[in-house]
Order: sequence, then structure tokens, then C-alpha cells
Amino acid sequence: MEQSLLSSNPSVRSCFCLAGIVEAKSAGCGSISCVKSAKLRIMGSGPKRRTMRLQFSRRSLRLLLAGSVVLLTGCSDKNQSFLTPDGPVSALEHYHMWLITLITLIVVAPVVVGVPLLAWRYRYGNTRARYAPNWDFSTALEWPMWLVPVAIVAVLSVYLWIYTHELDPYRSIAADKPPLRVQVVGLDWKWLFIYPDYHIATVGEMAFPQDRPVSMELTTDTVMQSFMIPALGGQIYAMPGMVTRLNLEADRTGEFEGMNTQYNGDGFHAQHFQAVAITPQDFDSWVKTVQHNGAALNPTSYGILARSSTPAEVHNQFGDAAMPKDITFFNDVASRLFAGIVMRYHGDRAVSPAEEPGTVAYNAKLASK
Amino acid sequence: MNVIARSLGLTWVAEYDHEHDRAASALSGFWLFMMSDLIIFGLMFATYVTMLTPMSFAGGPTPKELFELPGAALETAALLTSTYTFGMASLAIKFDRGLGKVKSWLLITLALGLVFLALEIREFAHMVAEGAVPQRSGFLSAFFGLVPLHGVHVTAGVTWLVMMLIQINRTGLTGSAKSRIARLALFWHFLDLIWVGIFSVVYLGGIA
Amino acid sequence: MSHSFWSLVFGRLDFDSLDFLKAFFHPDLNDVIVSGASWVVILGAVVTAALLTWFRLWGPLWSKWLISVDHKRIGVMYIVLALIMLARGVLEGVVMRAQQADGLHGGFVSADHFAQLFSTHGTIMIFFMAMPFLTGLINIVVPLQIGARDVSFPMLNSLSLGLTVSGAMLVMISLVIGDFSTGGWTAYPPYTEPDFQPGAGVDYWIWAVTLAGLGSTLTGINFVVTILKERAPGMTLLRMPIFTWNALCTSLLLVFAMPPLTVAGLMLAADRYLGFHFFTNTLGGNMMNYANLFWQFGHPEVYILILPAFGVYGEVIATFSGKRLYGYVTLVIATMAIGFLSFGVWLHHFFTMGQDADVNAVFGIATMLIGIPTGVKVYDWMATMFRGRIRFSVPMVYALAFMVLFVLGGLTGILLANPTVDFQVHNTLFLVAHFHNMLIPGTLFGMLAGYTYWFPKVFGFRLNDRWGYIAAFSWIIGYFLAFMPLYAVGLMGMTRRTVSYTNSAFEPWFLVAGAGAFFVTVALVTLCVQLYVSIRDRELTRDIGGDPWNARTLEWATPSPVPAYNFPVMPHIHALDAFAVAKEAGFGYQEPTSYSDIHLPGNTWAGVIAAVFGTALGFGLVWHMWWLAWLSLAVLAVSLIARALLGDRHPVKIPATEVRRQYRAWLEKVRAVTPVTRALEWDHRNCGVAATEYFEEAAE
Repeated sequence: MEQSLLSSNPSVRSCFCLAGIVEAKSAGCGSISCVKSAKLRIMGSGPKRRTMRLQFSRRSLRLLLAGSVVLLTGCSDKNQSFLTPDGPVSALEHYHMWLITLITLIVVAPVVVGVPLLAWRYRYGNTRARYAPNWDFSTALEWPMWLVPVAIVAVLSVYLWIYTHELDPYRSIAADKPPLRVQVVGLDWKWLFIYPDYHIATVGEMAFPQDRPVSMELTTDTVMQSFMIPALGGQIYAMPGMVTRLNLEADRTGEFEGMNTQYNGDGFHAQHFQAVAITPQDFDSWVKTVQHNGAALNPTSYGILARSSTPAEVHNQFGDAAMPKDITFFNDVASRLFAGIVMRYHGDRAVSPAEEPGTVAYNAKLASK
Repeated sequence: MNVIARSLGLTWVAEYDHEHDRAASALSGFWLFMMSDLIIFGLMFATYVTMLTPMSFAGGPTPKELFELPGAALETAALLTSTYTFGMASLAIKFDRGLGKVKSWLLITLALGLVFLALEIREFAHMVAEGAVPQRSGFLSAFFGLVPLHGVHVTAGVTWLVMMLIQINRTGLTGSAKSRIARLALFWHFLDLIWVGIFSVVYLGGIA
Repeated sequence: MSHSFWSLVFGRLDFDSLDFLKAFFHPDLNDVIVSGASWVVILGAVVTAALLTWFRLWGPLWSKWLISVDHKRIGVMYIVLALIMLARGVLEGVVMRAQQADGLHGGFVSADHFAQLFSTHGTIMIFFMAMPFLTGLINIVVPLQIGARDVSFPMLNSLSLGLTVSGAMLVMISLVIGDFSTGGWTAYPPYTEPDFQPGAGVDYWIWAVTLAGLGSTLTGINFVVTILKERAPGMTLLRMPIFTWNALCTSLLLVFAMPPLTVAGLMLAADRYLGFHFFTNTLGGNMMNYANLFWQFGHPEVYILILPAFGVYGEVIATFSGKRLYGYVTLVIATMAIGFLSFGVWLHHFFTMGQDADVNAVFGIATMLIGIPTGVKVYDWMATMFRGRIRFSVPMVYALAFMVLFVLGGLTGILLANPTVDFQVHNTLFLVAHFHNMLIPGTLFGMLAGYTYWFPKVFGFRLNDRWGYIAAFSWIIGYFLAFMPLYAVGLMGMTRRTVSYTNSAFEPWFLVAGAGAFFVTVALVTLCVQLYVSIRDRELTRDIGGDPWNARTLEWATPSPVPAYNFPVMPHIHALDAFAVAKEAGFGYQEPTSYSDIHLPGNTWAGVIAAVFGTALGFGLVWHMWWLAWLSLAVLAVSLIARALLGDRHPVKIPATEVRRQYRAWLEKVRAVTPVTRALEWDHRNCGVAATEYFEEAAE
């Protein structure tokens, strides 16, 4: 019961993006993996007893909030929200959010209730209420006024310290399998996902196996962007010449909406992709499909890819019938591609605007060709 | 004026002369302005320090290659001496040593300020000639954000000094002139302090 | 005309930059909106000029207002500016709400135009609506509350106004000539670097914000000195009204928090104009420095915006509860604590930039600490209502709505202070909902409450209360409908600054938000109607006695409208809430034992010159008309130096006999007025003298 409430939408997803590669059945939302076990793992560093207690309170909290969750998630075909978490990171973030809300309500609720009550009780017309125009201080009242918020903030600070460290995006997720490495390059207005171990890359879709951590390195080859898959975990900035990290995991198969959250121009609203968690077997066959059906990603094609365009436009340019709609596969990816993108901003010479993706000059140069 | 009225709430009394001390207000305002300005310099220093990395040198000249102590030391000497001479001018005002004394100390200060600016401009010209322009690297941008900003302040100080010399030449050491020179003195010493920071962080720190 | 000559004179300005012509060349809906907006500005200016000419008001406008150094008139001009900019900001918000209500189907606004809308909306609401509004209130109220003749530096005050106006002018001009930045009100590089946005937009933003920021810094200096140096004798720091305390804290924040913005803006300008590498992608620039600099300004700025509103609420709640303010010293301590802490939390605006978990946690906890003094303030206001006699006046309605709604924003603020949650809702509409929750019920309601509360003090008649209630409830309902749904869609994963979306689950929420925008529009229109009706019916709401609310602080002890010299002689202060204490003792309207001549500063052109040539300087820089920029800079520098050398050449002296005549005439009128109880507060019989009902009851 509890798990079905949690597990996003019961509607069966049509995974047209993977058509012909894996069967819809296995990629759909039929399987629900165990949220609990995933959480135990991420909590693994702490003492077991604490974990169990937290687990219990989390469960009751969830039941309490199930109603609002249903209200808020609506009926989209891809999970775009951490209100219905599909991974250990987002689940804990979700839990922490409600925990803070409940604790903070201790100081907030008295105001929301008290202000109307006071206003009515002491209205001008109510001559029966006591009137004390010169009363302006009470030590007995002052203590709780200060100490209750102090106590609340103290408790919240403890939680904040613990969870901020546990959910540090740089922290790798404990698992029995080694994480899948993905290098993410932000371009205007799409993300390029490089799988360095398979020499493939994709645009518009990021596939990975269920129940196996994904360890991402991020940069951009244009302005600053911010990478997020809400259903799996929080966001992190991606900046040119710099590498940030993000560790996520999906504990069930399914499709999750991913996006850039930092405005970067006209196509910003289209900078979405689907994160697809599939079974390990399906992932292997997906990799093979991309390796066989992709367009070659060489310096020339990368130069064209890097111009400002949406995933759909990239597909129109590079895609073929074998690739799903709005999704593009690349193969023959050089293993130094990501490092090269980062390092080109560290050069001794300026990168001229005509060589710098995202600039007006860069787009103009390619348009004139 | 009855006593009860005085003790309850507010009373209207005429003996209070509303002509408050204008000079004191102006001085307070000026202190606040300098604090605000100090924040600007602080942030420029912070930016400069974050730009002392190989990434921000971007293959261009590094502080070690760029800075030489003798030039900076000379600039420092000029500015520190000018602070001394301005101090003498302030003392001359305080102890009524006469307009002539005040004017000569201020003129010496002005000359030293101009010497400092000339030395600084020569240094910048030298750097530009070597290709160490602000467009070359993040580090050089930060340098040319910080040090010339101080130079612009000194230029403003020099302009102000000229104005004050004109004023006391015309009107003598009036209250307004004294109050203004007091603020200019603060400003001048403040710039000196900033320069000590620049000399330590940029020049000594760069060569070390 | 040769091209080179053209560019020498007009820089990079060309015919394509003229927005008001766009509708004729590209008649689609988007360009019609763009052109329509610029025509509104043009026609607005023409109609205003025509009306001024028709009613022969140029003379009075010039001599009584534009060159005036009277802090009350300067304050009014600030508020007029704020209300004009409020109208534009609200309408932009309404267009964005309408666009997103239809966002599932693509809407009607182009992506680029939408980006300009959210950029100007944010810039205007922060820098040209909220800041002038609060600066205006501080200008009007603080010198009166501390019993001063004027501010410490009246000429500087006029100059600050001029600089603020020039920034606002640049934003308005951008509607007519050229585009505005699409980089949001924060203008993060490298997106705002010239390689990515070569046009005039970002430059409009830089100079508008820098000029206004300079004005704000000077205002800050002016009011810190005014409050510390100009207080009437006997007004110790702990006898200052709570609004003045909040104004003091705000002014200190202005002095110390505006410089980072100036630095960030000028560094960005150096990158754009001179090819520096502060924030560029290449050659060692570092955009993370910008984020730090901007938010070292940006976070204290939040408290610059909210503290004056807190001050207003303090005055309003005490007055309309008919009570002393509860926990005055506590409130003072809390205010100063907030101001101090506000400098140590800037990093929470970018928890997601990849720094260490330790750093994030420390800044997260520091952020939550601010919740403590803020919470205490709300409790103190509740305790002020406790055992009071509360009148639900328009300002009090705003205050009550504020308390309830503001703590909800506090709750979401605590959520955002937690990096774990921030990772999820950063850059989403949840964040947008949060800061609108703080800035609308917090700042805007506070400003409108203050506007209603002090209006009779400045103009001598009260605002119409019926239309006031309609406006207040429209704001409250509109706010609630427009922004509560944004919390929901934000949690559902909807990013901010997004022109359209594909997730159909968002649509119902956006439709509700669109309905909220309708109510907000109604609220805006109602404010205009209220002003019109109030002026029309001003004889029914005359405030002769100067104390229409039976209020407590010094500004109510002097006639309404306040004479240029504020007080006939300087008051001596013997208590907190001095006027209330005096009224209680029956000494509310005494006559001074003797009068003396009053000296006031003369008018100055400084403000007008700053406004005109500040605008010209910005415009020249934006369009690369270097001659105009240099010329304006020279005029500004020369006129300031000349003013410094020449001093105030036209000081005003008001003879003691004239002061006595005026004050006695007023006292005569006050004695002729029948004092009213609070039951008649909104009645036409309320002529601004309060009956002493409360004190009798208290004595029972």
C-alpha cells in the first residue's frame, strides 16, 4: 500500500523512445524496486539503530502526506517531481522536506491561527475583552518567544548538518555494483551525455541501469547551466572550464524528466531530456544499439552539434529512423572529448567567439556555411 | 516652562538652537562614505586574490615576472611622505601657524601626489608595452581593476586638494575650509592605508 | 549621411532599435505587444507634458518639487516614481502569468520577449519600485519622527533622487529604444558577456542598476548621519520610534551592501566595454566571483527591502491596537541582529555550485538563524495586539494579512535554507513563489500600509477607506491565487523563467495563477481609483489636527500637511512614544514659550542635473555614443564641483513672528475641532484630533 502510493503514477508508460530495443513491458513502471533497501544503503554510514527509527517516522510521515502528494503530482507521463521520488537521493530529500515542514509548523502554526483569533477577540467593538494599553513587556512571555525558535532551529540544524553531508551530490552512493560513469556536457539548448566506457553519446535521452549508481561529471561548452532530474535527485551547476559532480540512482525502471534549470536563451524551455532507468540486460542491448546506430561524433559533427539548437533540431540534423523521436545517438566518441571540452577554456590563448559555442559569432559562422 | 510638562512626553522649548554642528555631521557622513568605499576595495582585493591561480594567469605574465620592487617602493615612499606632509598641514591649521605654512605643506603634498601618479602611470605604460594588458588574462584584469582604482582615488584627492588650495587662497582658512581640509586629510590617509595593502598584497606578495 | 558619421553621432543606434515601429514592420501579436508598450510610454509622456502645460503647472512643478530639498517633497517624488514603476512591473507580471496560463499551448509571447519581461519585471520591482517606495517613506517619516528640521545633507538627498530617477528612466527608455537584457534581474555571466549578448540590453541593466545603486548608497549615508546626529534633544536612541530604528538598520545595510553590486556591475561593464576577463569563459575569467559579489549585495538587499516594512508594521499595529508596542527593546535587538546576520548568508543563493558539504551546511544553518529574530518580531506584534482595542483600518488589514502570509513564506524560506531541499527547488517556481511571498505580503503590503497611514500627514486629508479596502483585499486575494499555485508547480519540477511547458499537470495551477493576476490588476486599478476619489472628496476627510489615527509618535504632533520647517521650535523629548504620553497628560497641543528664526537650506538643481545627465550618461554608454557619455560626465562633475565651491547660495530664513503666526493659527483650528473617538475614525467628523477615550478606560 505504502509503496504503491509512493511509486509515481500507476499508468503504464509507453516507452517509444526505446521501441525496437527493449520491450515496453520491461521498461515500463511495472516493477517497483524497494525504496527501503536503497535508503538503508545511503544511510549506511550511520549507526543502524538510528536508521531504523528514522525509517519508522518516515513511513508514518508518508502516509500522512499521501493525499497532498497525489494532488500535486497530477498525471504527466514522465515523473518530473521529487514528490514521488524514484531514487534514494530524491526519497531522502523528499523526506527531509516534510520533516522540516512539520518541525517548522510548531512555530508557524501559532501565528496563522493566533493572528485571526487575537484580531477578533480584541476588536474595537468588543468591550468585554480586557484592555491593557500600557502593558508592553513580559519576561515570562519573552523566554518562550526566543527559546522556542532557538530550539527549533537547533533541531533543524542537526538534521541539516546530517542530511547535507549524506546528500552531498559529490558523495558516491554505496552499492555492490560499480557506478556507471556518465560525462555530461551542457550545450545550448541540450545536454550531451557521454558514456566514456562505451564510446557512445546521446542527446535527448540518458539511459542507465536500475539499482546501479550513476556517477556524473558535468561541464558546459557554453554559458552556465544547471542539471537536474527531480525524480532522482537535486541539481548541480555545470560551468565551462570546470567540472562538477552528481551521483544519482534510480531504484525502479521508468522514465524521468530531466532538464536545465538555469536560463540560457531562447531555447531554454526546450532543454529537457528523458532519464530512462532500465534493467541491466536492457541497458547492455541499448548500448549495442547506440554503438551500431549512432552518428559519428567527430570534431566536425561536434562543431555542428554545439551550435544553439534544441534536442528536436539535433535529431533532425543527425538522427535517422532507427533513433527515437527527438533523440540522437552518437558513437565513435573519442575518450578525450570531455577532458578536451574542459581544457579548451584553460588555454593560453583566448577562445575566439567564433570558436566558442553559444556565442552569436559561433552560431552566425555555422549559419553562413 | 513648568516641570510637569517637561517630564511628560514632549515639550516645545525654544532655547535649543537647531543650528547643529554641520562640520560634525559632514565628518560622520564622510566616515560612512569611506567605510562604503573600503568595502569596494575589500572586494577588489578579494577578487585579485582569487585570480592568483594558474588558470587565471592563462599563460600570460605572472606577478613574479611582472612586478619589480624598486618602482613600487618609490611609489610607496612618495605616498607615505605625502601623508606625513599632509599631517604637517593639519597641525599647522590646528596650531594656527598661518596660511602660508598651511599652503606650503599642502603644495608639497600635492606635488608628492602628482609624483605618485606619474610613477604609477609610468609603471602601467611599461606593463602595457610588455603586453601585460587587462585583456590578456583574468589576473591582469583583476590587477587593473584594483591598482588603477586606487589611482583614480588619488586623482580625485589631488583634484580636491587643488580645489582647497584655490578656496583658501580666496577666502583664507574659514570654518568651511578647515572642515573640508579635515575630511580631505582623512581621505588622503585612507588612500595611504589602501596603498599599504596594495603594496603588501600585490607587490610584496607577488614577488615573494 | 555617411555611415561613419552616423555611428559617431548615434553610436550603434539604428532604426531597427526603435520598438515603437516594430508593429508596422512585423505585425504579429508579440511585436504588437512590444510596440504597444513603447507607445504607452511615449503617449504617457506626451499626455503628461500636455496636461502640465494646459494647467500651467510647469512652474510650480519646477520650483516646488523638482528643485526642492524638502525631505517630504523628495519622499513624495520617490513614491510617485515607485507607483509609476509598480504599474509597469505589475502589468509585466500579468503578461507573464497570462503567457504561462496558456503555456501548455505555446502562449502568445516569444521566448526572447518573455526573457526581457522577467528581466525588467525583477529589475523594476526591486530597484525602481520597492527601493524608491521605502526610500520615499523613510524620507518623509524619519526626520519627522526624530524631530529634525531636515536630513543632514539635503542637497545630497536631491542628488540621490536624481540618480534613482535616471536609472528608472533608462529602464523606461529601453521599452522604446532597443531591447532589455534577457539575463534576469541577477544578470549572471557568462550569459551576459558580450559574446553571448552583444546588444544594448545588458548595458541598460548595468547602468540602470549602477546609477540607482549609487543613489541608494548616498541615501544610506544621509540617513545614518541624520538619525545619529539630528535627533531632537532628549530623543535618546532608545526613545526613537521603531520605524526609525528599522530605517537606521536599512540605511546601514545600504551603506555596506550596495558597494558589492557596484563592483559586480562595473566589473561586468569592464568585461563588456573594455574586454576585461573578470567573468569570461576564457583567459582565466571566473563567473563564480560574480555570483559571490552579486549575492553579497543581494542578500542584505532582501533585508533592505523588508526592514522598513517591518518598521511600518510596528507603528501600524501599535497605533491601531491602541496600545504601546510590545517588546520595543526586543524588536530593536531583533532588527539589528537581522541586519548583522544578513551579511553572512549570501552563499545560500548558490548551494548548487558544487562547494563542499561543510560550507553548504554552515551557510544553511546561518540562514536559519535569521529565522529566530524574525520569528520573535512576529510574536512581538501579536503580543502588541493582545489586550488591545483593534481597529481594522486599511493599514491594519495589510498588517494582519502580512503576519499570516509572511510566516508561510518563512516556512518555505527555512526549506530553502536546507541545501538538501534547495537542490530540488532552486531555480524552480517554488523559489519564485517564496520570494514573492516575502516581497508582496512583506514589502509591498508594508509600503501600501505606510502609504495609507502617512498620506494624511503629507497631504492633509485621508485616503478613501472604501476603495482602500477593495484594493487591500484585491491584493491579498490576488497574491494568494497568483503565487500559492507556483509553490505547487515548483515542487512538481517547473523551472522558473520558462516561457512554455509540456507537462499538462501544470496547466490547472497556472490557470489559477492567471486568475490571481486578474485580481492583482484589479488591485492596481483600485489604487488609482482610490487616489482619484480621495482627492475629489478631500473636504470630507480633512486632517486638521494632524493626528487622525490617535497615533503615538512625534510626526503626529505637528500640523498636516507638515510645514516646510516641520516643527515650530525643536521639541524636547522625555519618553518613548512622546506624543502619546503628552496627549495622555493633556499636553498634546501646547504652545511654545518662545519662537526663533528658522533657517532652511535653499533649493538646488542638483537632483534635476543628476536625473537628466545621469540618464544621458547611461544612454550614451548603452548606445556607444561616446560624445554624449563624456559630455554628461563632464556636466555632472563640473556642476558638483561648482556646487561644492559655491555652497548653498539661497538659504531660506523664516522669521520667528511668521512661525508664531502660523502655529497659533493652527492651534486655533485645532481647538475648534471636536475630538472624536476611534469609533468615528473613518467618519467625516474625524478632523485629526483624538478624544482621550482609551486613557479613561484604562484608568477603570
